[in-house]
Amino acid sequence: MSTVSETRKVGRATTAGNKITVSKVLIFTVLIIWLLICIFPVYWMITFSLKDNTEIFGENVVGLPHKMLWSNYTEAMNTGHMDVYFLNSFIIAVSTILITLVASAMATYAMTRLVWKGRETMNKFFMLGLTIPIHAAIVPLYVVLGRAGLLNSYVALIIPYSAFSLAMGILICTGFMGDIPYDLDEAAFLDGCGVWGIFGRVIAPLMVPAISTVGIYTFLQCWNELMFATIFNSREAYRTLPVGVQELFGQYQTKWGPVGAALTIATLPTLLVYVFLSKRIQDSFIAGAVKG
Amino acid sequence: MKKTLGYRFNIFLFLLPALFLFIAVLIAPIGMSLFYSLHNWNGLKTPEFIAFKNYVELFTSGSINFTRALKNALLLAFFSTFIQLPFALWLALKLAKGIRGERVFLSVYFMPVLISTVVIGQLWLKIYNPDYGVLNVALRALGLESWCQIWLGDRNLALGAAFVPILWQYVGYHMLLMYAGIKGVPPELREAGMLDGCTDGQLNRYIVIPYIKPILRVSVIFAVTGSLKSFDLIWVLTKGGPVHATEVPSTLMINLLFLRNRYGMGSTIAVMLIILCFFFALLINMVFRKEKVV
Repeated sequence: MSTVSETRKVGRATTAGNKITVSKVLIFTVLIIWLLICIFPVYWMITFSLKDNTEIFGENVVGLPHKMLWSNYTEAMNTGHMDVYFLNSFIIAVSTILITLVASAMATYAMTRLVWKGRETMNKFFMLGLTIPIHAAIVPLYVVLGRAGLLNSYVALIIPYSAFSLAMGILICTGFMGDIPYDLDEAAFLDGCGVWGIFGRVIAPLMVPAISTVGIYTFLQCWNELMFATIFNSREAYRTLPVGVQELFGQYQTKWGPVGAALTIATLPTLLVYVFLSKRIQDSFIAGAVKG
Repeated sequence: MKKTLGYRFNIFLFLLPALFLFIAVLIAPIGMSLFYSLHNWNGLKTPEFIAFKNYVELFTSGSINFTRALKNALLLAFFSTFIQLPFALWLALKLAKGIRGERVFLSVYFMPVLISTVVIGQLWLKIYNPDYGVLNVALRALGLESWCQIWLGDRNLALGAAFVPILWQYVGYHMLLMYAGIKGVPPELREAGMLDGCTDGQLNRYIVIPYIKPILRVSVIFAVTGSLKSFDLIWVLTKGGPVHATEVPSTLMINLLFLRNRYGMGSTIAVMLIILCFFFALLINMVFRKEKVV
């Protein structure tokens, strides 16, 4: 950590000390332009979610709305059923996070704190999950879920999402569990704890930071997932936000306001989480890529 | 701790939930996909064993035209590796140097990665809209009426138009990885370089970039395998159309499965994708290892 702040200081000092050159101005301009390109779609989405067609289609294409049209949001909720899709996405995301957390924490405990032959091979086996594309599972899952009558249900997405989040969960947990001193296990063992007691009373409470990292990562994966969601849960009652937004777009070909409202509703949770936890989210993506 | 039978049983219990999920959802389906890919099957009748006929048909049939889908995906991989990644690297190098507002730039550049691809796709659909989209409106306002296009409806333009949002969305992701890598370069190395009178460009070329090679390797692998697997944005923007001009393996697979009920052939594409992803990952690893020696 200290090295980062040091280099940053060095960097700052040189930027401040040097003269402003043409190339620096150019670089800064490009950075600003790219910044605007990254922000624009989101800005545009939020503004046109509050406009009516006359503004969107001519009068006021990119400006702030003249009159806030909140009815677009009620329309997206009432006739667009965004409230149903939101709840579905929420239920599926929370269940997936819980299952992923419990399963990966338990497996990581067995592979890092308990001594047995083959635990490293087992870890490598799980890490295969980082490279297996979800395409591999689509046809078989569709067939099996269909036979079991589970298509169009929460389970149809919760189970596949959990399974595909598992490898990343184990990877992140392994990093965190390695930082917990082994003395604690021994002390607890001497106090008469079994493996379950050590896991439940000593390790699990110390895993809280990992919980948020795994949770955030898993949340983003299943909140935005489209392929499984399109194929397994196409009926309205169990649609998640990505599929729901797609359907809404078909309904409102000529009326953009409610679509903008729906898109904003689908995006807001992610953006809010990002505003408050940007560093942690970035770190979880880095951790996932660098070790994977 | 004693290694009794109970201890072993407990280990098994700890692994059980993860193992169950992993084998049931990831490992077994790979086997099943392989099995289906060797059969002619519409999902209802008993599968008929036809050995490798699906694979042959995949590469020879004009109506499936898998080669075009694969070519599109490889083209995306090419653009991703040679346009998106260099640009991401440039951004990362400039930001990591310690520019004013570094954190703000970083956070905003990364933001598109977190937004659902469906939302991104819907927004770009509206940007590309021939009548009211921002792109054509802006062109008209600039007096470039003749440049206005039906971006996603034109067979010659659709592929390029669909690639733009895909490349745009993930610049921030690669930039973040590279940025983290550059921040990890030991300050001593940098200082040594500066004492030797390196310019910024030389510092980047001879010290920073070689140091972050492992991260560049990961980025290239993600860019290429991600392009092969690409689905979401293409599906939202064009569904593979117009007239299959933007078809990629994933959209082709969905079409075969759900429009033509060809489960065997759909599985064949899935298997091909797994093989291609592993093949390219290995290939890229080899290329990077070779360069290390030189």
